[in-house]
Amino acid sequence: MDVDGLIACPACDALHYVVDVPNNAQASCHRCEEVLFAPKPDAMTRVVMLAATALILMITAVFFPFLDLSAGGFEQRSSVLDAITAFSDGLLLPLSFAVAALIVILPALRLIAILYAIGPMMIGYAPARHATAAFRFAQVLRPWSMAEIFIVGVAVALVKVGGLATVAIGPAFWAFVALVVVTTLNDTVMCRLTIWKTLEDRSRY
Amino acid sequence: MTARRAGLVACTTCCKVHHPGEATCLRCGSPLHSRDPAGLQNVWAWWIAGLIMYIPANIYPMLRTASLGHETQNTIIGGVFELIAYNSYGVALIVFIASVIIPVGKFVAIAFLALSINRASILSARARLHLYEVVEFIGRWSMLDVFVVAILSALVQFEFVANVHPGIAAVSFALSVAFTMLSAQSFDPRLIWDTDEADPT
Repeated sequence: MDVDGLIACPACDALHYVVDVPNNAQASCHRCEEVLFAPKPDAMTRVVMLAATALILMITAVFFPFLDLSAGGFEQRSSVLDAITAFSDGLLLPLSFAVAALIVILPALRLIAILYAIGPMMIGYAPARHATAAFRFAQVLRPWSMAEIFIVGVAVALVKVGGLATVAIGPAFWAFVALVVVTTLNDTVMCRLTIWKTLEDRSRY
Repeated sequence: MTARRAGLVACTTCCKVHHPGEATCLRCGSPLHSRDPAGLQNVWAWWIAGLIMYIPANIYPMLRTASLGHETQNTIIGGVFELIAYNSYGVALIVFIASVIIPVGKFVAIAFLALSINRASILSARARLHLYEVVEFIGRWSMLDVFVVAILSALVQFEFVANVHPGIAAVSFALSVAFTMLSAQSFDPRLIWDTDEADPT
């Protein structure tokens, strides 16, 4: 049996013949309705540009102060780095690493992996070496990139300290908000199956 | 027709179909399993680990607030009541949903899904797949309270006036969330459909 013309739904294992899906259209699994294909025009350029934007925003978000707090004559400026090192005393040190990983390191690695896997295909033709491994890595990291949850966390924290001190929002906060918007856009533009097929087709040469 | 019934093995990362005997996917390099034999065991192992961690997360304090010499400790539920006391009902509701409803709902949902394999279920396969997708999508949001604790501890450092320190429950709660995420990821949704006899094709 020729298996190259077939794909199986990752959610229910139903077999489908591969057909050409036009841009902006969607192909769903006939059994469980999972979306299989959702190609977008110029997807590759858009994905690379959005990932690069997100990476730059990430650098801004980490190093600039994101909240400015004043109470009783004291003033405290905090950057994301301060939030990460908040757990650094004793027993809670592992939590520092976990928070750093979830809101900065893993999202950044995921963006770099996407850039590495798709960037060369956007400019030239053949993907870089180990591009498939990089893209697989990006897919594994997705649930563990929690920048958007961190933003909601900031909002909740603001309400909690609201009664205690005056708070001003710094530039890094807006960088983080923009980062979340850009990442979400990136995920909607990126059709995984199309990218896997392109990676496979172009690495044959 | 499914890949398994056709005697083929499909990759769940990139959807490519293979002849049996391949160990890794030819397109993306992921390990191939028609159905992972250890899958359900992993689901239960992470599930139990998550449940064990969830107990200290609720007993011990999440936040220690020192204000003008006297210290108050707040558990997860205590934090919600504090927000209600400040009249911020909306935020109290968000925190309550993220740190109580979602974790508890996730334990129930994963257990239900794992138990419904190979059994007649009250929910259709499609409904159970939706439930699984909701669990996968929403589970990460429980990490919210951990981030709130981190931000508060970084922000509120005013020597004697006010001081916030994280409590040990923050660690166990973070672990509990991570373990249940791993439990949900170990679950293979294709198992839901294997007992579904009403295969239309």
